[in-house]
Amino acid sequence: MHKDKKIPSQEEITSALELRHTKEIQDKLSAAKVAICGLGGLGSSIAIALARTGVGKLHLIDFDNVDLSNINRQQYALKQLGMPKPQALADEIRRFSPYIEIETSHVRITEDNCAALIGDADFVCEAFDVAEQKAMLTNYVLEHMPEKYLVGASGMAGFHSGNSITTRKVTSHYYLCGDGESEIAKEYGLMAPRVMICAAHQANTIVELIVKHITGETEE
Amino acid sequence: MVIVMIKINGADVEIEDISVMDYLTREGYRMDRIVVECNEEIVPKSQYESFILHAGDVVEVVSFVGGG
Repeated sequence: MHKDKKIPSQEEITSALELRHTKEIQDKLSAAKVAICGLGGLGSSIAIALARTGVGKLHLIDFDNVDLSNINRQQYALKQLGMPKPQALADEIRRFSPYIEIETSHVRITEDNCAALIGDADFVCEAFDVAEQKAMLTNYVLEHMPEKYLVGASGMAGFHSGNSITTRKVTSHYYLCGDGESEIAKEYGLMAPRVMICAAHQANTIVELIVKHITGETEE
Repeated sequence: MVIVMIKINGADVEIEDISVMDYLTREGYRMDRIVVECNEEIVPKSQYESFILHAGDVVEVVSFVGGG
C-alpha cells in the first residue's frame, strides 16, 4: 500500500508539463480559458483531456446531475451519483490537476444567459446531447460572439468504425467534429469508445487553436 | 424567376433565386436543428425569410443529430 504522498507544488507540475510540451506552448495553454457547454460523454472527456494538457482555466457548465445511466460513457465515479455534474467533474479533475482554475455553473444554457456564461472564455466547446440545444448554442455563438472559437460535435453514436469521425472546419471560427449522421436511437445508443473519439477530436482542436492562436496580449 | 447556380454542402445545385427559408422548407430541414452559413458567414435565423440566395453563393447547412 502506498503511503500518503505530498501533492506536488504548482511549480513542479508546471515544470513537468513544460518538459513534455515546451515552455512556449505550455505558457499558451496555461493562459487559455475554455468554456465547456454540456458535461456528458463529450464534455466530461473533453474537460479531462484539456486539464491533463495543462489548460489553465475551465468553465464547466451543465444543469444535470450524475445518473447511473451516464456511467457507460461519462467520466464520473459511482460515489458521485446524484451530484451536480459541474462539481463532480471539478472534483475528478482536481485529483490530478489541483491548481487549475475551474468555474462551475449548474444551470441550463439558454439564449438569455449564454453571453453572461461564456463571455469571458476564449474558446467554447459545444458538447450537448440534444440536437436542438446544439443548434441553439451554435447559432447564438456564431451570430452574437463571432470572436469566439467554437468547437462542436454531431454524430458519434454506436460502435461502427471510428474512422468516420472527423474534424471539419466550417468557418474561420467554427469547427465541427463527429461523423455528422450517427444519431442516438433505441437500439443504437451512445458508447464510450466512439463518444471518446469524438471528444478527443474536440479537445485536440481546442489545443491546436490555443497553440496556433495566441491568447491574451499577444493575440494576432 | 431566375435560375442560379450555387454550391450547397459541397454540391453544385441549380435553383431559383429563392430565400433561405424557402429552400430549407422545400428540402425538409428541421428548422430547430440547423445552422446555415453563406460564404462563411452565419445566416441569422431572423433573416432566413429575407435572405435570398444568389449565383455563386457557397452555402453550408449543418444539420445536427442527437448524442453527446
